[in-house]
Amino acid sequence: MLKVNNLKFSYGKDRACVFDNISIEFNKGFNVILGPNGAGKSTLVKAIFGLLNYRGTIYYNCKNVSEMKTCEKVELMSYLPQMDLDISSLTVLEMVLLGRLPELSRRVSDKDLNIVMDTLKDLNIHELSMKKFNELSGGQKKLVFIAQTLVRNPEIILLDEPTNSLDLQKQLELCQLLGKIIKVRNVDIIVVLHDINLAARHADHIVVITSQGDYYNSGAAKDVITEKMLRDVYGVIGSVNLDDENKPVISAKKSARDSCDT
Amino acid sequence: MTDRAFEDISENRALYNSLIKKRISLISILFAGLVVLFLFNISIGSSSISIVQILRALFLNQGEGNNVMIVKDVRLPMALMAIAIGAALGIGGCEIQTILRNPIASPYTLGISSAASFGAAVGLILNNSILNLPEALAITGNAFFFTLVVSTAIYIFSLQRQIGKTAIILFGIALNFLFSSLTMILQYIADENQLQSLMFWNFGSLLKTTWTKFFIVFAVLFICMIILFKNAWKLTAMTLDDTKARSIGVDVSKVRRLVILITSLISAVAVSFVGTIGFVGLVAPHIARLTVGEDQRFFMPLSALLGGFILSLAFLLSKLIIPGVILPIGLVTSVIGIPFFMAIIFSKMRCM
Repeated sequence: MLKVNNLKFSYGKDRACVFDNISIEFNKGFNVILGPNGAGKSTLVKAIFGLLNYRGTIYYNCKNVSEMKTCEKVELMSYLPQMDLDISSLTVLEMVLLGRLPELSRRVSDKDLNIVMDTLKDLNIHELSMKKFNELSGGQKKLVFIAQTLVRNPEIILLDEPTNSLDLQKQLELCQLLGKIIKVRNVDIIVVLHDINLAARHADHIVVITSQGDYYNSGAAKDVITEKMLRDVYGVIGSVNLDDENKPVISAKKSARDSCDT
Repeated sequence: MTDRAFEDISENRALYNSLIKKRISLISILFAGLVVLFLFNISIGSSSISIVQILRALFLNQGEGNNVMIVKDVRLPMALMAIAIGAALGIGGCEIQTILRNPIASPYTLGISSAASFGAAVGLILNNSILNLPEALAITGNAFFFTLVVSTAIYIFSLQRQIGKTAIILFGIALNFLFSSLTMILQYIADENQLQSLMFWNFGSLLKTTWTKFFIVFAVLFICMIILFKNAWKLTAMTLDDTKARSIGVDVSKVRRLVILITSLISAVAVSFVGTIGFVGLVAPHIARLTVGEDQRFFMPLSALLGGFILSLAFLLSKLIIPGVILPIGLVTSVIGIPFFMAIIFSKMRCM
């Protein structure tokens, strides 16, 4: 699976390193990256997709991703950036079709159309297909972009905070859909999430990064999500209990900073 | 099971076709309108020639007096030129707006028009032909030379790694000011006659059209359209955020450079042959976007068609507003263009 070795990166020569020799190993299936704001979760995903110039290597099943050409990377990976602003007046159908860009011909094929419509149905937004993108709500836009990411058939899917601006039901449905996709298509998924409980419930493998951009821990939810981790990484005092399915559930009580002050 | 799948497939196709059909019929209607305007443009002038006579002159080479000559060598190239220039400006605007993701950008934003004016001023005021062309083409040659200077500057600027769209716009505006100031310096030393001829050049005019000029514009337009059409999906993806476009495999900087090259060329040719005709490059893509959206397979051709339509209409009006006088077409486009454009903006604001 995907392996990041000695990654070193900064957004400019005179700026502090986001990562200084970080090494991370992901597993097969549903991977989640957790960490506080500014830890470099998005940067890590960007680096994996190859949008940044970093030092170090990234391997996927013995293939050196760092040395791949853009077109090869696009074939191997599908990436959903974290951004909400887009004013495009394309229809939803066209927007999602764009996700199949490397294969699109001037006459849209039945295959392309069917994959797009099926994905829209999977996400339960097929009724929006003729609507203009810029007339959708924030959550609907997010779902359209997710659909755009899923219409390709890559080996790895990278999603940067896909649950942002989705309601509770949509968040759960998305995670379930991702679980289904992993099984049916045999892909590996790496998702950046903020919701620790959502991650705990759905992830096969969780990677935690600290606010300094260092590797903290990784593994199954119940090994990684601990009271110590909450305190060390998030600076939060809280309790972690196991629910009836043996998944950890956190309940954050207060910021550790408050307790220092008092 | 297979029946069910088959039903789904035809359903999806039908849905998609409903989207496409609307657009194709719209484009067809506009095309028909353009043909009508085109015929009127040949028919109306200092002497009116009926449509029947035009068709006879065109296809049978028959007609009264000088009609065959007037139709074939004077009015036909002018009417065609109106369409070609309009299309060039429409496409220029459409693609610049797309790659800069800015609905108020046009090739003129990048300084193309002020560079052309400066070139014309060099010819008219300094009597200098930079490309050593014969007198008839000297002004056009100069204008073209300086638009190429500007295009090259913008192209080289955009070659820098990771240059953003805002930087390109700012650079273009800076060039715009630079060349306006240079023109003003020339105007300062010019005499009255020279000033007047420069002013008339800036108004824009189709009256000096010849077949040679038309064929040059047409050839450039044709080649550029083919290149753009081949990249239609990539250009459509340029409506997305840069990171998003890159995430679906579009080399954003490369596409941006290609389009800068093409639109500069296409607008340079248009502006140098007929002068600065404002607003078509802004309005045509705007209306096109409102009607067919941003799928470049339709957006680009419709911008071209609308550009040709608007300029043909303006040309027709320029001959009709004051009987016996042909107003400069650049004035007509702005004067009818601005209220029309404002009406669109206001109606759109109400919708929002």
